[in-house]
Amino acid sequence: MKNYLLMYRTNQEAMQTLAQRTPEELQANTKRWMDWIGGIAAQNKLTDKGNRLFPSGKVLKPNGVTSDGPYTEIKECIIGYSIIAAASYDEAILLAGGCPVLNSGGNVEIREVSEL
Amino acid sequence: MIKDTILPHLFRTEYQKLVAVLCRLFGIEYIEIAEDIVSDTFLSAAELWGIKGMPENPTAWLYTVAKNKTKDYLKHHTVFSQKVSKVLQNNSETWSEPEIDLSVKNIRDSQLAMIFVVCNPCNAPQTQISMALNLLCGFGAEEIASAFLMNKRSVYKRLQRGKDRLRAARVVIGQPSFPEIDARLKAVATTLYLLFNEGYYSCGQNIALRRDLCSEAMRLTSMLIENDQTNRPFINALYALMCFQSSRFNARINVAGETILYHNQDISLWDQEFIHKGIQYLNLAAQGNTISNYHLEAGIAYWNATVVDSPEKWEHILQLYNDLLILEYSPVAALNRTYALYKVNGKAKAIVEAELINLKGHYLYHALLGELYTDVDNSQAIQHWQLALDLVHSIPDKAVIQAKILYCMANNTTPYNNQH
Repeated sequence: MKNYLLMYRTNQEAMQTLAQRTPEELQANTKRWMDWIGGIAAQNKLTDKGNRLFPSGKVLKPNGVTSDGPYTEIKECIIGYSIIAAASYDEAILLAGGCPVLNSGGNVEIREVSEL
Repeated sequence: MIKDTILPHLFRTEYQKLVAVLCRLFGIEYIEIAEDIVSDTFLSAAELWGIKGMPENPTAWLYTVAKNKTKDYLKHHTVFSQKVSKVLQNNSETWSEPEIDLSVKNIRDSQLAMIFVVCNPCNAPQTQISMALNLLCGFGAEEIASAFLMNKRSVYKRLQRGKDRLRAARVVIGQPSFPEIDARLKAVATTLYLLFNEGYYSCGQNIALRRDLCSEAMRLTSMLIENDQTNRPFINALYALMCFQSSRFNARINVAGETILYHNQDISLWDQEFIHKGIQYLNLAAQGNTISNYHLEAGIAYWNATVVDSPEKWEHILQLYNDLLILEYSPVAALNRTYALYKVNGKAKAIVEAELINLKGHYLYHALLGELYTDVDNSQAIQHWQLALDLVHSIPDKAVIQAKILYCMANNTTPYNNQH
């Protein structure tokens, strides 16, 4: 079993819609995430539930240059991360398939962790 | 004879108090001497009360005799008393007449200290539980042997090894220091929960004894709650959990000691007092910032204890199991979560997740899939029910599964003879 880092990306528009959601919609959204992550945990494949990330951020470049992050040119933003355990990328992709971010125009970047 | 019931009862309640005080006085090195003195005291009671009748205040009698025997012992074993505790020397000017404090406060403090000693992680959990029953609950070796289906000699050996290991680790009988308490309390909670589960889940036929194990675990847990230094939200949650489970004790075990599944229980046998107590302590547990697995399990137990079937109940249970599994995986939690998922999202979705769990060979896994496949794909259901039947031992449970198999066979649209 290997560990895979999942990074959840969403676009700026989706982030703005999120801010306008009603409490019921937010609750329903939370349920979708919890049910998905819970399902992975039930398979004993959740290594680290991870965290959400604030939408604001900074980018530090060489020579002390900073700019406001995290949005890149393509206007996508990592809103959170988790670590799951899987035998292969194929399995990791299957596990990531239920991620709610995929239903709102976002994507999941999957990276195998190289354990030291 | 009254003596025949009162003395055993006093043994159960007072032995551990006296042992706790003397153990603390003497230190871990001389635990057996403490036990001997207290055992001697009860022997004297058995002999003298039979001849002279019971004293007016039996407890006071026991305490006085125990004190005197201790003083005698110290007098006749000068080297021992010199080594024993500086406490003796510090507390009285002439340590040849030591003060043995049997006040309510000192008894409480000593018992609390003993809980930490007994639950010291240097010993394996089963040893901790046996020592808890012996030193904290006044269980004799024979009762412990009966509870765990061991023989008496094995129990003695286990208790001896436990004490030896405590001695080797030079465990000090006192409450852990403030920074240590939280970490040590978690170990204590684990042991107490294990003790409770021994009574609740074991297959022993002595139902009274099993109920004793549960109530002793609860008594010790409540001691932690009553003491300010050990009263923590997660301990209250643990107690709430024990209350909720205890509420179904009578309903889940029949006279033969066999388990009756939740769905087949007679709800009128659920003890409402325990349920109310559980709610009370669950509320007390809702303080502070951290959630423990006990909080989550107690929450689930609350829903299972208060409502039999409603969409709201299952949604709450599902979310609590999500939280629990994220905190800590366990096969039973995974399976129970999937059942809740079925109740909330329907069988089709639950079947997908259940197959992914893949706990083949686990009775509950096959029972779950049997249930999920029933009326969806009855031939698949029959396969799983059959596997569950092979794995379960309780006769009422077998009967339930056999009924399910018959139902599936009666409603099976696919030919049965091309299975197996």
